[in-house]
Amino acid sequence: MACSDKVVDHYDNARIVGKMDNKDDSVGTCMVGAPACGDVMRLQIKVTAAGIIEDAKFKTYGCGSAMAFSSMLAEWVKGRRLDEAASIKNAEIAVELALPPVKIHCSGLAEDATKAAVKDFREKHAADVPAGV
Amino acid sequence: MKLPIYLDYAATTPVDPRVAQKMSECLLAEGNFGNPASRSHKYGWEAEEAVELARRQVADLINADPREIVWTSGATESDNLAIKGVAHFYKTKGKHLITSKIEHKAVLDSFGHLEREGFEVTYLSPGSDGIVTPEQVDEAIREDTLLVSIMHVNNEIGVINDIAAIGEVCRAKKVIFHVDAAQSSGKIDIDLEAMKVDLMSFSAHKMCGPKGVGALYVRRKPRVRLEAQMHGGGHERGMRSGTLATHQLVGMGECFRIAQEEMHVEQERIGKLRERLWLGLQDIEEIYINGSVDKRLPGFLNVSFNFVEGESLIMSLSDLAVSSGSACTSASLEPSYVLRALGLSDEMAHSSLRFSVGRFTDEADVDYALDKIHQAVNKLRELSPLWGMFKDGVDLDSIERATH
Repeated sequence: MACSDKVVDHYDNARIVGKMDNKDDSVGTCMVGAPACGDVMRLQIKVTAAGIIEDAKFKTYGCGSAMAFSSMLAEWVKGRRLDEAASIKNAEIAVELALPPVKIHCSGLAEDATKAAVKDFREKHAADVPAGV
Repeated sequence: MKLPIYLDYAATTPVDPRVAQKMSECLLAEGNFGNPASRSHKYGWEAEEAVELARRQVADLINADPREIVWTSGATESDNLAIKGVAHFYKTKGKHLITSKIEHKAVLDSFGHLEREGFEVTYLSPGSDGIVTPEQVDEAIREDTLLVSIMHVNNEIGVINDIAAIGEVCRAKKVIFHVDAAQSSGKIDIDLEAMKVDLMSFSAHKMCGPKGVGALYVRRKPRVRLEAQMHGGGHERGMRSGTLATHQLVGMGECFRIAQEEMHVEQERIGKLRERLWLGLQDIEEIYINGSVDKRLPGFLNVSFNFVEGESLIMSLSDLAVSSGSACTSASLEPSYVLRALGLSDEMAHSSLRFSVGRFTDEADVDYALDKIHQAVNKLRELSPLWGMFKDGVDLDSIERATH
C-alpha cells in the first residue's frame, strides 16, 4: 500500500525512541492498545516542576502508520504544557501525516497515549501540580 | 539481482520465457489466431489442434483423459463451476455440503452463496498443523451430503492435505469430492487415475503460466455432472461456454508440459533454497513456523516474528516482495483467517510473513533477503515495547492498558 512521504520519513528515522525510568517522579508513563488489535504504544513524558513536558520517549508495536504517529506525537508534545498535550486531537496528526481513511484508527491510539501519559503524571503529583496546568 | 527481490511465488509467478514464446505464436495475423470453434477453414482447424494439444498436456501431468479437462478463466472460475455446478445439478438429492475453514476465498465465497440459497454447509476446522484429516471428513458426512471440497495445498502456509485418503472416504459414501489444486499442480504428483477425486481446479499463473486461464477436471468414470455457470455457444461439452483463447490455453499447456519434465528436479532445488532461508533465520529469537513442518510444499515458509508487527516489517523490508498475515495488509483490517483457524493468537497472526520461493529464485536472493530481514527485525524490536518487556521478563498478559 502506498504511504505518504511523511509516514515513510518518520518510520525510517524514528525519532525519540527509548525508555525513561518510570519510577522517576517527573515521568508520566502509559501503555495503550493491545497486541490483539495489532497496535501497542508506550509513551513516556518527563515534566518539569512548572508543568512543561521537557522530554518524551516512545516505543511502538504496530503498522507503519502507527509508528509514524508515535514518532510525530513524541516530537509534538515536547515543549508543551500538560493541558495542551492532553487536549491534542488525533485529527490534527492524521492531517499532518496525510493518512488514508483506513489508517485513521492508528491516530486514535496516539491521542489515547498522550492523555493517558498526562493522567499518569498528574496522578503521581495529585497534590503538587500548580493550578491551571 | 532485480529489486525488490521477489519472494511471493504463492501470489503469482512470472511467465516462463518458453511459455511466452508459445503464446506469442498465437496472436498475430501470421500466427495461429483463428477461433478454435471455426469448423469451416484452416485458421479454425489449426487453432483447434493447438488447443487440443494443450488439453493433452494438461491431462498428461495429472494422469487424466483429455476429455475430462474443461478450460476456464482460472481456478476461481473452476471452483465456482465445480461447487455451484454440482450443488445445483444434484440439489434434489440433498442439501448438505462440506468444506474447510481455510479454503481459498473462491471456495468459501461460493459456499457462502449456496448457504444463502438454502444449502447447509459444514466448515471443518484444521488441526494446529493446518491439516484436515480424512477422519474429520468421514465424521461430517451425512445421508444428504452432496459434495466435499478440500484444498490440496493451502495458499498461506503451504501445507498438504491427504486428498487420496479423503477421496477414498468420499467414494465409499458416494459423495462427490472436489479439490482446489491451484497451489499444488506442477509442484507435487497428482494422479487422477489413482486418486478418487471427482473435480479438480487448476490455475496457470501459479506455475509460471499466464494469468486469466485455468481448468477444471471433471471425472468421466464414474460420471460427474454439473450445471454450467457460463451459458452461450455450448463450448466444453456444454459445461463452459465462451470462445477458447488459443494463446492462453497454449500457454497453460506448455507450463504443464514443462512441469511434467522438470517438476521433481525443480522442487528439490527450491526446497534447498527454502531450507537456506529457514536456517539463516535460526539466530533470531522468538520465531515460529506456521503450519505443518513436514507436510508442506518445498517453496513455502510462513513465519511469525514475535513482538514485531507484520505490516511494519514489510515496510522495513522494502527491498523484498513478500506478504503478511497482518490485518494492516488485508483489505478488511482483520488478521489472516487461515492463521486464526490454526489457533494462532491475533498477535502472532499480525506478526507473520509468508515467503515463497520459485523457479527464478537463487541463493544470492535468499542471502540478500536474510541480511535485510535481520536488520529489519532488530530495528523493529528496538522500537517495540513488547520486546523490551519480554527481555525484562515481564509477563505481557498481566499488563493493564488503557483501552482505545
